[in-house]
Amino acid sequence: MDQLPCGSAKKTMMKRESISIRIDTARCDGDMACMRVCPTEAIRVRGSKARIIESRCITCGECIRVCQTRAISAVTASFADVSRFDYVVALPSPVLYGQFGRGVTPDRILAALEKGGFDCACDLTLACEAVNAAIEQYVRRYRGPRPLISCFCPTAIRLIQVRYPELLEQVLPIESPKEFMAREIRKTKARELRLREDRIGIVYLTPCPAKMLDIVGHPSKEKSDIDGVIAISDIYRTVLSLLPISGRGEHGERTRMSGVGMSWAILGGQTTFLKPENCLAVDGLRNVVRILNDIEIGKLRDVDYVECHTCPDGCVSGSLLVENPYVARARILGILGQLGTKPCRSERERAELYESEDFVVERRLTAQLQGPLDLDVSRAIGKIRRLEEIRQSLPNINCGACGAPSCAAFAEDVVREEAQLSDCVLLALEQLRSGQTKVWDVPPAEGHSTPDEGKEP
Amino acid sequence: MTEEGAFRRNFEVLGEDFYNAGRVSTEIKEILQQVGVAATTVRRVAIAAYEAEMNVVMYARRGTVCLELTPELVHLLVRDEGPGIEDIELAMQEGYSTATERMREMGFGAGMGLPNIQKNSDRLVIHSTAGVGTEVEIEVRF
Ligand SMILES: Nc1ncnc2c1ncn2[C@@H]1O[C@H](COP(=O)(O)OP(=O)(O)O)[C@@H](O)[C@H]1O
Ligand code: SF4
Ligand SMILES: [Mg+2]
Repeated sequence: MDQLPCGSAKKTMMKRESISIRIDTARCDGDMACMRVCPTEAIRVRGSKARIIESRCITCGECIRVCQTRAISAVTASFADVSRFDYVVALPSPVLYGQFGRGVTPDRILAALEKGGFDCACDLTLACEAVNAAIEQYVRRYRGPRPLISCFCPTAIRLIQVRYPELLEQVLPIESPKEFMAREIRKTKARELRLREDRIGIVYLTPCPAKMLDIVGHPSKEKSDIDGVIAISDIYRTVLSLLPISGRGEHGERTRMSGVGMSWAILGGQTTFLKPENCLAVDGLRNVVRILNDIEIGKLRDVDYVECHTCPDGCVSGSLLVENPYVARARILGILGQLGTKPCRSERERAELYESEDFVVERRLTAQLQGPLDLDVSRAIGKIRRLEEIRQSLPNINCGACGAPSCAAFAEDVVREEAQLSDCVLLALEQLRSGQTKVWDVPPAEGHSTPDEGKEP
Repeated sequence: MTEEGAFRRNFEVLGEDFYNAGRVSTEIKEILQQVGVAATTVRRVAIAAYEAEMNVVMYARRGTVCLELTPELVHLLVRDEGPGIEDIELAMQEGYSTATERMREMGFGAGMGLPNIQKNSDRLVIHSTAGVGTEVEIEVRF
């Protein structure tokens, strides 16, 4: 029988990571597609190999999407050593339901996961709806600077950490549905099966590397309640091959789901219980950047809540999914149509739920700015002057041949002493032409180095 | 070794260029981050620069933002060719605005720009000649 990757326990234990994207240098052929697509200019291609500057990476996954050689991948903190658990629960992101054919119900998908080796596959939509209620209640009670910014797209959070540290205090301090559910299910299953809580393993099926990072480098507390993460793209084929004819095997019982929660798979799902005129739902990285700029300069003070997704139309187009996002979205809408949008709880019940459960988390989100040009301010100012001079001396056509995505990024690399001015091919060529460097002065080609006026530091 | 001193850079701003509005303040913010200025200060400068930039976009034909950065402070000199401000004291009042209907429809014209610059800076000096232009000098100390 086909087995899900949880059986083939790679020995990568869940250690805290700072980014969840890796480049396999052996596979990398030096194609610059990743460097060009990276929205934060975090990639350099030097010596025909791409490299990620970790402090700039926001794990959006754009590079994974464009890499032809598949050298770039998400660190699947794959379900380490599954044997150390007695009972293993799968928590698939609800976007998984949109990944298969038209007639494939969530029930059948959950059943396939259970056939594939999980002891139990657990739907997350009810937890999503519970978190919607928490958002509603929190927003209502909130008196701090507005708008509140949603915290469920870790790429957006990472973007705030690297570029908008002042906005961190406006990030919603509410637990994500997966963490909320993991905590609940652990308790319930331990009681039901009379197991110790740590004998239960919980594995999240993720649509993107960012949510992976959210768990392996959990920003809100010391440890996530989730024990392992698997990319949906890694289990896709196995699930497909195991799909049963109908519902959940012998018992055939229907999974209780929430339409309100299901809408988390697409844009706007978090704001169901908020006044529509007081909230924004923003998708796509560039749009998120624009909104954050506006919030930073204090333009959106009359907005209560901003839902941010860096993927177009939300998680349905996550970079570790398989189905075409437009098709997947249509499937999700189909499921939504069947589930209906009636909330499971009345407004009063939602307020009671909020009072009785711990939704609010104490986050320790810290700024992750790339270090300044120099720790000493005067010297940093000197360097920024030099940076400006270099920038003006460059061709400013952003050709990328130097291995940096733009001339401005290259100038900064030079000032940070991570590149040499002579790495600019055009500048070198110009010097050759104008006779400043004689052809016979050019050192023999070695690696990727280009003619330099000498004077190594 | 680079000599001690200030960093200076000029930015052009065009009247009615709502599409690019905000770019100058974003660039200034990035420069301050590269230099390692504290986040709270960066935000104050970003807000002040943005409001001054917007006033050029909204009311003037064209203008320049001159940034001067020293280890102690940020100095912004925003000069424009435009109608000028007749009554500066009045313009400084919260809520006072002569923004057109169209600008209000775009979400501008709350009359909070100059007050916000005041709030987010350590020094604000405005010189203006009606029919000629306006000069706004902003200083934020670290
Ligand atoms: N650069 C400028 N040129 C001409 N008039 C200006 C300029 N800056 C501000 N003003 C005047 O001052 C008023 C108040 O400006 P401000 O506080 O920024 O509010 P707002 O821009 O929302 O009107 C403006 O409505 C305008 O009449
Ligand atoms: S929008 Fe969703 S899928 Fe995309 S990066 Fe954010 S959390 Fe991941
Ligand atoms: Mg204004």
